[in-house]
Amino acid sequence: MTPALPFLSDSSAALCLLLILLVPLACVGLALLNTGLGRSRSASHAMLSSLCVLAVAALLYVIVGSSLQGAAGRPAHAFVIAGKTWNWIAAEPSFLRGVHLDLSPASLVVLLQIFSVGLAGLIPISSGADRWKLGATCASTALLAGWTYPLFSHWVWGGGWLAQLGANYGLGRGFLDGAGSGTIHAVGGLTALSITWILGPRPGKYSSEGISAAIPGHNAVLVLLGCMCAWLGWLGLNASGAILFAGAEPSSVVLIAVNTTLAAAAAGLTTAVVTRFRFGRPDASLVANGWMAGLVASSAAAPFLKPAAAIVLGAVAGGLVPFAVDLLEFKLAVDDPGGAISVHVVGGIWGLLAVAALSDAGTRDASNGQWLAQVVGVATLIGFVLPLTYGLNWLLNRCYRQRVDVEGDWQGMDLHELGAGAYPEFDIHSDEFIQR
Amino acid sequence: MKLMGFLLLVAGWALVVSAIALLPSATARAGFGLAGVAVELGGLALVVHAHLVLTMKKP
Repeated sequence: MTPALPFLSDSSAALCLLLILLVPLACVGLALLNTGLGRSRSASHAMLSSLCVLAVAALLYVIVGSSLQGAAGRPAHAFVIAGKTWNWIAAEPSFLRGVHLDLSPASLVVLLQIFSVGLAGLIPISSGADRWKLGATCASTALLAGWTYPLFSHWVWGGGWLAQLGANYGLGRGFLDGAGSGTIHAVGGLTALSITWILGPRPGKYSSEGISAAIPGHNAVLVLLGCMCAWLGWLGLNASGAILFAGAEPSSVVLIAVNTTLAAAAAGLTTAVVTRFRFGRPDASLVANGWMAGLVASSAAAPFLKPAAAIVLGAVAGGLVPFAVDLLEFKLAVDDPGGAISVHVVGGIWGLLAVAALSDAGTRDASNGQWLAQVVGVATLIGFVLPLTYGLNWLLNRCYRQRVDVEGDWQGMDLHELGAGAYPEFDIHSDEFIQR
Repeated sequence: MKLMGFLLLVAGWALVVSAIALLPSATARAGFGLAGVAVELGGLALVVHAHLVLTMKKP
């Protein structure tokens, strides 16, 4: 059985459009977070990178990505294994030639995806902060928006083999990811991990003994404002994604908004409590990351949860973040200035597993089949998407070095690549973190 | 070591997908699926270790 897009009445389609138009606020939020958690000497560069990423992602998605992603019920390539159809890639024309851009569900999917792929592209900027060249950022985003994201997205949202695990193999309702914990955030987060590995740490971050130096973000106000913008954007993302991809009724928008808010609230407060007990006072940047992890985790599960379960979902996401940040920075020597990997990979994977653990999606009629479907999806992210995105970025790095040169390391990205800083009237301190 | 880690990641995923596609019983699917995830975790540990060694060599 090939899944199809839901039928939407005119009023439901209009509601869905309004929700989708909130999604760019999530991009604004992420851009503010990335900038605030980076250093002042690279603030302008971070914001310009965000704008360029959104532009490249939209263009590449329309030119190439949409033809690979397609939508449920639309033309696709498939092969047969043991009598079951494995739909692996869409067969749409490029430049959106097969889609009428009106209020039809297929056109709403295209609009949502143009914003979502930009959101995924913004995630690695946080990890490459202060050392990732603007040209390389754009080229890497082109690979993500043109190939990596559309391929996985087709498998989950385009009627691909992960979506059909339920129909073909009786695994619950198939792999469920309502609004992109895996498809947007884990894919973006795994790309961020690849970028940190390829770029290496910032100068002065690790001593020769492997001891990590603290390089704090430069503007907590931007960071926390970003969290609030992201919250609004996520309300639209989770609700529209659930309607278009998870078969949620438009009337469930209220439940989804409540669950999204509760998950973020519980996550932010849990991180505040954890950091209060660990460090003696709440840490603003970690609390912001906890809040974001709650939002990320809610994306997959928000349409399937009861409010009490959404609180548990958020509390676990918020509790995981400080430990994940510590593990990556202190034990694994991963220099991730904005904590994107902890937020988007850890939060995203937890959200995917929570669909089986905390919701009743599929479990009433298929015992533990939903668990296996979610595990297969997570295994695909780690075993297929990570090698793919690392391989593509490694090849790109062989053709065009992604890291800024030594002079840029010393000057900061604003002066080196843009010729002017973000705050010309303020005194930007010399590089006190680097041991000469 | 890094290449071996990535190969293990892909091999683990192939094991998970093969288990779903080829095995008829739910228990066998779950067992082989979890074995595939374990192989992936081994691969991830190798990749992480390779990068850790690389980072510590170039402070």
